[in-house]
Amino acid sequence: MKQYSTASTLHDQIELKNMNTTAYFKEHFDQLQMTSNGSGLHVLRQDAFKAFSTMGIPTTRHEEWKYTRINGLFNKEYQFAVNPLTTSFTTKDMDAFRLPGHGQANELVFINGLFSFSLSVIRSLQLVVLPLEEAAQNEYKNIVSKQLGHSGQYLKDGINALNTAFTSGGAFIHVKKGLLVEHPVYIYHVSDTRGNSIFSQPRSLVHVDENAGLQLVETFITLGQQESFTNQVMEIVVEKGAVLEYYKIQNDAAYSSQVSTTHIRQIGKSNTHSVVISLNGNIVRNNLNIIFDAEHCESHLYGLYCLKNQTHVDNHTVVDNAKPHCFSNELYKGIVDDDACGVFNGKIFVRKDAQKTNAYQSNKNILLAETASINAKPQLEIFADDVKCSHGCTVGSLDEEALFYLRSRGLSKHSARSLLLQAFAIDILENIKLQPIRMYIEQLISKRLEIDNV
Amino acid sequence: MLRIHNLHAGIEGKKILNGIDLEIKAGEVHVIMGPNGSGKSTLSSVLAGRENYEVSEGSVEYLGKDLLSLSPEDRAREGLFLAFQYPVEIPGLSTTNFMKTAVNEIRKYRGLEPLDAVAFLRMMKEKMALVNIDQSLLSRPLNEGFSGGEKKRNEIFQMAMLQPTLAIMDETDSGLDIDAIRIVSDSVNKLRNKDNAVLLVTHYQRLLDYIIPDFVHVMYNGRIVKSGPKELALELEEKGYDFIKHEISLAEEV
Repeated sequence: MKQYSTASTLHDQIELKNMNTTAYFKEHFDQLQMTSNGSGLHVLRQDAFKAFSTMGIPTTRHEEWKYTRINGLFNKEYQFAVNPLTTSFTTKDMDAFRLPGHGQANELVFINGLFSFSLSVIRSLQLVVLPLEEAAQNEYKNIVSKQLGHSGQYLKDGINALNTAFTSGGAFIHVKKGLLVEHPVYIYHVSDTRGNSIFSQPRSLVHVDENAGLQLVETFITLGQQESFTNQVMEIVVEKGAVLEYYKIQNDAAYSSQVSTTHIRQIGKSNTHSVVISLNGNIVRNNLNIIFDAEHCESHLYGLYCLKNQTHVDNHTVVDNAKPHCFSNELYKGIVDDDACGVFNGKIFVRKDAQKTNAYQSNKNILLAETASINAKPQLEIFADDVKCSHGCTVGSLDEEALFYLRSRGLSKHSARSLLLQAFAIDILENIKLQPIRMYIEQLISKRLEIDNV
Repeated sequence: MLRIHNLHAGIEGKKILNGIDLEIKAGEVHVIMGPNGSGKSTLSSVLAGRENYEVSEGSVEYLGKDLLSLSPEDRAREGLFLAFQYPVEIPGLSTTNFMKTAVNEIRKYRGLEPLDAVAFLRMMKEKMALVNIDQSLLSRPLNEGFSGGEKKRNEIFQMAMLQPTLAIMDETDSGLDIDAIRIVSDSVNKLRNKDNAVLLVTHYQRLLDYIIPDFVHVMYNGRIVKSGPKELALELEEKGYDFIKHEISLAEEV
């Protein structure tokens, strides 16, 4: 706890100009390394910074970043890693964005990228939450040293390395063996821009131990009227017999951008289920990796992006079948209006030994305006011969015949359109198993699709 | 109730209807028969307001209003109903949900309060019994994976719910076996009364064993070339459409 606030005060109130230079980050990196020597993260950060210096911020020349231009975001001025204790942020501010059901949830709060114990509420005894620096040195040392930074093997770009290089003030979340967390865990990533524009890099490592169960919800909030840019990495390790439900909700301000990485590594026969809902933001890039590092793993991946105005949302997913007998099913759907842009890139790897893999992927899109766009790319790389894999992608406009059918029953064009879009979204929404969250998302989607309550 | 006068219409520049005249009064059942490509389905589409059809000439008066100037939804709200030849499948939308929205939008247009959940369910139950349709079908996504017969029964159920003044049934008998035809026809007969009217569009006489029409019209090349009592249908069935074509060519020579 102590350590984490020391590390962060260093960056306190530092104005950034031309963040796009390695030299700028170098200066801050050296300071960080000097003050937090011996935290157990020193080498990891060192290697990551080296990687960042080599690769730099990805441009659109990078194959994985072809449609999403984030380097422009670095040409702005931000405050970086402000100590949460020095912001005016209070528990009262949380009332504006707390998710429904929070009274029955564990709430973990990151302010400007740094985990805040004082704002967090931990209700469940099955849950251990520690500063990442502390976990790296105590009985969780082995887990941290083995698992932290694993995403770097899959995300070979400077933006992932940048987060790892500045790993400080993060959180370690552990679910004890054989226990189901009876309350879901809500994680709020808050950018408090009431003073300045904010660049933040939240980092967390989640460990779901054997036969444990966890429901996790992440969301992003920008307070104030200035720009925020969040470069977040969460790594989740799922042990044998464990069950994970993961929900990500992106409904932030139009001047908030993010690169949000969720790296889920299933190292024992286990089951994961994720739903990513993206509604608002400036530039949003999601990396969702599912790594099957054990036989008989199962994962379900759902995503819905419902975009308007200038919002750009890029979903990059990876399902890596490193071991045989795994099952994955992926369905991402998009409704894109105005000048908004959706990107879907779904990779499935089936390694040489991963026989009897079942991997399915589908991406369906509806464009509501001439100016809206979709870039979709399914990618299957299969090195085993006894597998079942499929992928499919559709991009179209709303079905005219269906519209006419509904209107011929007396529905206005507007209601018919809403009802059809709602129907299109429903098979994603019904996969949100956490009831208060499902109701909340359904309301947001209804509102977005302007459903009349006739 | 409905007066079609010299209606000319087509699609993508192609003329299909070449001057249709037809009058339907309350309480009547009319049948339009004709060979493939004669324009039967175009006529139903134009009446229901399908937007890719262009009307180039003529008029349609419905309950004293200019039907062609109304949007498809306003036609429905004014009591016009089209039972589709190919009902659309909509995954994710249940018939129940769809009908609740439809019934209440129509009520709103007519200045009525929306039905509450209880009243709506009561109405559903009543109409389900009337058209002999099962609840499970209505909770499923609209027409998705329905058999041909189930889709047509769902159309009739919707018709029962919306209680149209004029029902246009576009080849409702196509793709149905004899049992399904009987069930669908029984429902249509139950829904008939002195204040509403039905326009049946069909290829075959067999539907008319169950729904007895007041008038039979034969359509050919986008025009109604012959009208008569129900016996005309039997004559057509017996002689085929060739005799009509023959009569027309004779008439044109004269």
